[in-house]
Amino acid sequence: MKHFIFAVVLATLISTTMWGQQSTAPAADTAALEQKFRDMEDRIIALEGQVRALKATAAQAQPAPVTSPETATEPSPLVSGTAPAETSATSSSSAFARPINLGGASNAGKALNPDISVIGDFIGVAGHNSISPSPALEMHESEIGLQAIIDPYARGDFFLSFGEKGVNVEEGFITFTALPAGFTARVGKMRSAFGKVNMMHNHVLPFVDRPLVSNSLTGGEDGIDDAGFSLEHILPAPKGIFFDVTAQLFRGDSGGGDQLVFQSHRKSDVSTVEHLRAYKDLTESTNLDIGLSYARGHNELGSAFLTQLYGVDATVHWKPLRRAIYHSFVGRGEFIWSQRQQLPVEQRAFGFYTSGEYQLGRRWFVGGRYDLSDRSRFANQTDKGGSAILTYWPSEFSQIRTQYRYTKYAENIGAHEVLFQVLFSLGAHGAHPF
Amino acid sequence: MQNLNGIRALVAVTLGMALSATPAAAKKLNVVTSTSDLAALTMEVGGDRINVDSIAKGYQDPHFVEAKPSFLLKLKQADVLLVVGLELEIGWLPPLITQSGNPKVQVGGQGYLDASQFAEILEIPSGPVSRAMGDVHPLGNPHYWLDPANGRRIARGVANKLGELDPNDAPYFQDRFKDFDRRLSDAEKKWDAEMSPYRGRKVVTYHNSATNFAKHFGLNVMGYVEPRPGIPPTPGHTIELMGLMKRDKIKVILVEPYFDLKTPDSIARETGSKVIVFLPSVGGEKEVTDYFKLFDYDIALLMKAFQETN
Ligand SMILES: [Zn+2]
Repeated sequence: MKHFIFAVVLATLISTTMWGQQSTAPAADTAALEQKFRDMEDRIIALEGQVRALKATAAQAQPAPVTSPETATEPSPLVSGTAPAETSATSSSSAFARPINLGGASNAGKALNPDISVIGDFIGVAGHNSISPSPALEMHESEIGLQAIIDPYARGDFFLSFGEKGVNVEEGFITFTALPAGFTARVGKMRSAFGKVNMMHNHVLPFVDRPLVSNSLTGGEDGIDDAGFSLEHILPAPKGIFFDVTAQLFRGDSGGGDQLVFQSHRKSDVSTVEHLRAYKDLTESTNLDIGLSYARGHNELGSAFLTQLYGVDATVHWKPLRRAIYHSFVGRGEFIWSQRQQLPVEQRAFGFYTSGEYQLGRRWFVGGRYDLSDRSRFANQTDKGGSAILTYWPSEFSQIRTQYRYTKYAENIGAHEVLFQVLFSLGAHGAHPF
Repeated sequence: MQNLNGIRALVAVTLGMALSATPAAAKKLNVVTSTSDLAALTMEVGGDRINVDSIAKGYQDPHFVEAKPSFLLKLKQADVLLVVGLELEIGWLPPLITQSGNPKVQVGGQGYLDASQFAEILEIPSGPVSRAMGDVHPLGNPHYWLDPANGRRIARGVANKLGELDPNDAPYFQDRFKDFDRRLSDAEKKWDAEMSPYRGRKVVTYHNSATNFAKHFGLNVMGYVEPRPGIPPTPGHTIELMGLMKRDKIKVILVEPYFDLKTPDSIARETGSKVIVFLPSVGGEKEVTDYFKLFDYDIALLMKAFQETN
């Protein structure tokens, strides 16, 4: 197809050039000829660009046709070789608007597929922990990401996590990117905007595990992750400060088992999460990010029992631009208060972590974290801990790390553990939100 | 689709966002570019009828820009987002675009412009691409702006786009493009003349970011300090490269300003060659403030290096 266009264009251009030569007489002006050649080259390059752009728009701007399974998998008469298949696809799709699936033989068909990524998360744990034991070796999670632009007004993101026990739609939402007045809305299931760690998928955590405070107060690995709506607005404020306000409304179910945070008993038991973030560039290479979070919902004891969470987070980033790929530092703290109505008395628990990660070189990172948290149901029981981690990135797409973790539990039991993790990603380049 | 429209309408109404629609008064177009080179080219054709702002600095590795929220503010107010494309910005730009909540600059929006469609693209992989090739750019080499001919093509494309969005100023943008074209052709003659004694010279670069430059000026890039694009130097590859440099008498190593000089310096010591920090982008050094000065700087640097290593 592409080659055919070029052939036609080339033939036309060459013939007009020749014709031009004959008619403009023997004064064979090399400069003029050179100029013509250059124009011809420009036209070919412009055409090549148009072909690339067309391919890209096919991938991005057109909505993926929502088809029934029968039509989507309808077999088409496949000719051997990809080039004929491609031409047949274009001709028949122009004939009538029937979605055609050539089983991957057509580039145009492939272009409409979402970006697919798979992230493997393997964890090994050595050491003894009688309070919160972990398996020795585990394919902790296999996360599949499916992401695409739906239409000019929205994009869709799915993250399915396959654990050793089952599958979970960790997130699956549509983001409306073209709302008026600079609002962004999301609908679906999503990790709520409560603080920093709650928003993170396992594979972007700076440590192998989540901090104690997440496990004790905000639902652990599953976190506050629920079906609902989210609305975000960014407002510039004076002095280069930037505010980001998010309001979310969920069904009211988050976390499970011992780590249950919210539970809905009737339709009106919705939960809400509000987040205010203030951000400022202190210098070209340093910035400060501060957040306030609030969450409110009902707990497993019934509709009359509320759980409210308050959070404060602060992050300092440092990255010298000229050596950005070699050195960086992230310092972070997150402080969370939980107020849980239960019998006989309401429990008010507090927990926090502070952590730092320093990038030593292109592939090496070291980090440390201090942990402390009361337990949400027994606020007078406090667990403490500390971790040190070393991460090696063989490339942008894999990480190998070792973490030493000490936890001193409220029962006055200590646990020394070594965690080992391998993370690897396949497929589309995952861009992480900041 | 209908449902989505319904939800959108519902969301829009419930939030009463009709409060402040932006006035459609004739104002300057706000152009945000991903890199400083695109900003410089846009400046050439846009003149004082537009505002231009670049996200990445000229001394920054354009593959790894931190997606800072402060860029969101720029993107929110942008009428045009001009990108290099070919997946150069894939690691950092997409979330910024999504979060900006600005419909104009969404991929496929009227203000989204991918400059690669105007340029001659080299090193488009012909076979299947895998990560075993490193962090290879599957759509071709995205460092295409370092060829004056591509600079001209991009500027033309930008002038057309600006004129499309601001028809009143379209003749102004076209005039500015013609003027730029003339000045660039003159400069090109000078640069070509300066570089002509060195045509056919062999060089090594750190990353494959000088491919289009080398093609234009007839230099031969014989190898890279990186074993594969985006993969940091390995001892095995470095030894191989030093062997190649000795055998082929390659005397000049070009390093982008954002790479560590340790490996290039040790290669230079071992092979008696010279390391130069060439600038792939406008703003790489303070004095390199526009597209012309970028070539002036790099060509002066190369001429000096070639003379010294004759
Ligand atoms: Zn590159």
